[in-house]
Amino acid sequence: MGKVIVVTSGKGGVGKTTSSAALGAALALRGDKVVVVDFDVGLRNLDLVMGAERRVVYDLVNVIQGDAKLSQALIRDKRVETLYLLPASQTRDKDNLTEEGVERVIGALRKAFDWVICDSPAGIERGATLAMRHADVAVVVTNPEVSSVRDSDRIIGLLDAKTAKAERGERVEKHLLLTRYDPNRAERGDMLKVDDVLEILSIPLLGIIPESMDVLRASNVGAPVTLADSRSAPAVAYLDAVRRLTGETVPITIPGEKRSLLGKIFGRRAA
Amino acid sequence: MTEALTETRPIRLKGRSFLTLVLTPELPLDGWLQRLDDLAARSAGFFLRRPVVLDIDGLDIDRPTLKELLGALDKRSVRIMGIEGARASLLGFDMPPAMAGGRPAPDFEAPDAESAAEAQAGKGAAAASAHHPDPQVARAIPSIIVNQPVRSGQSVSFPEGDVTIIGSVASGAEVVAGGSIHVYGALRGRAMAGSMGNSSARIFCRKLEAELLAIDGYYKTAEDMEPQLRGRAVQLWLEGDAIRAETLI
Repeated sequence: MGKVIVVTSGKGGVGKTTSSAALGAALALRGDKVVVVDFDVGLRNLDLVMGAERRVVYDLVNVIQGDAKLSQALIRDKRVETLYLLPASQTRDKDNLTEEGVERVIGALRKAFDWVICDSPAGIERGATLAMRHADVAVVVTNPEVSSVRDSDRIIGLLDAKTAKAERGERVEKHLLLTRYDPNRAERGDMLKVDDVLEILSIPLLGIIPESMDVLRASNVGAPVTLADSRSAPAVAYLDAVRRLTGETVPITIPGEKRSLLGKIFGRRAA
Repeated sequence: MTEALTETRPIRLKGRSFLTLVLTPELPLDGWLQRLDDLAARSAGFFLRRPVVLDIDGLDIDRPTLKELLGALDKRSVRIMGIEGARASLLGFDMPPAMAGGRPAPDFEAPDAESAAEAQAGKGAAAASAHHPDPQVARAIPSIIVNQPVRSGQSVSFPEGDVTIIGSVASGAEVVAGGSIHVYGALRGRAMAGSMGNSSARIFCRKLEAELLAIDGYYKTAEDMEPQLRGRAVQLWLEGDAIRAETLI
């Protein structure tokens, strides 16, 4: 049985889709069988970031409504053969996602893949709650600024209340992925500090992804940043995050600072 | 014409609970009314000036019958302030409002013939008060403990007493307590203590960064708070109609 990961944030534009693609590709590079599912019905983007937009025939809504088989809708990546994409529909909206339909599709994917990564839409409505519904693990994507942190806090509350695991009395494993971290702005002090974000959200840190032109460049050529240039700073940060996700202990470095924060960050892991 | 057009003092919304007498009619209603008359005969004015709630939960009657019953009670000078356990379809606009959320309290002692006789003899004051012990005396204040942070958008409400939070209260979260509020962490959201009209309630927190603080209906927004208290361990209480604060430790 594979693990279901939801990549979520509440706020838009923080890097959910970029992170879903990058984490998915990094897990697939290890040889695991991975599917990335786009839940942003009506505003799909994951196909662009993964460079599969010209190969979309069927989508998630078709599968949920029974118009297509799951195998017909899955798109295999051309670069990494264990990486698959289940695209969202651009012409429908989130009302086409039914609770039973999502449960059936996620159940089937869980049997066939090692990792099922659900790229959640922004917001806290139907699309976002259905994306997190069957998750075992949540990656909460947050930018180091107050509005993003508050929205993430709201999402963490929902993860503890509205998921299938929470309703069974279990807990969804939650990780914080701090994205768009700008060392220059951090130095000037016009960004929240890593410690402040961790103190407010009190969930363990999975990684810090630096703000970088490499991310933009990668999505322009339609490749997850971990495949486009695996030696770029954001790619290294995502690859390290995946090693932590799979249970390895990798010291966390704050971009722009040479000092390792292993003791500091891991010393204060909470909840 | 120097009078200010806008009154800056906000309207206070208070809560208050009353002990009511609950009547539970039984079928057939004629028989039940007969027994009620017997009771009233033993003690004239037993129902006078008492708030009375009619509990018709599980009682199989229709709307005209309920109306008849209310009329019959009215004739006996029993004034019904609310009806509990009624289906919405049973109640009309000309009937007392529906009531819900009642909590049990000690039973009222029905006046027996002896005490009625005593009362008539003019020496029943002591006996009558012994029959009606004040239910408010020496009750323990209930409290709850929340073992996790209160996240943005979440609300913890406990009108019965104190709330203790082990963790932080996030920006956009709120805690409402009938008694005091204790936060072992940062208080970044809203805290409203003494919400049911308790002016001795207090708010304690380890790190004050609240958006709004209220005690017994009086409130203070983040803007009105003394800047030197921010980020400190603080307790807040009410003195007159002003919220006072001091740092702890």
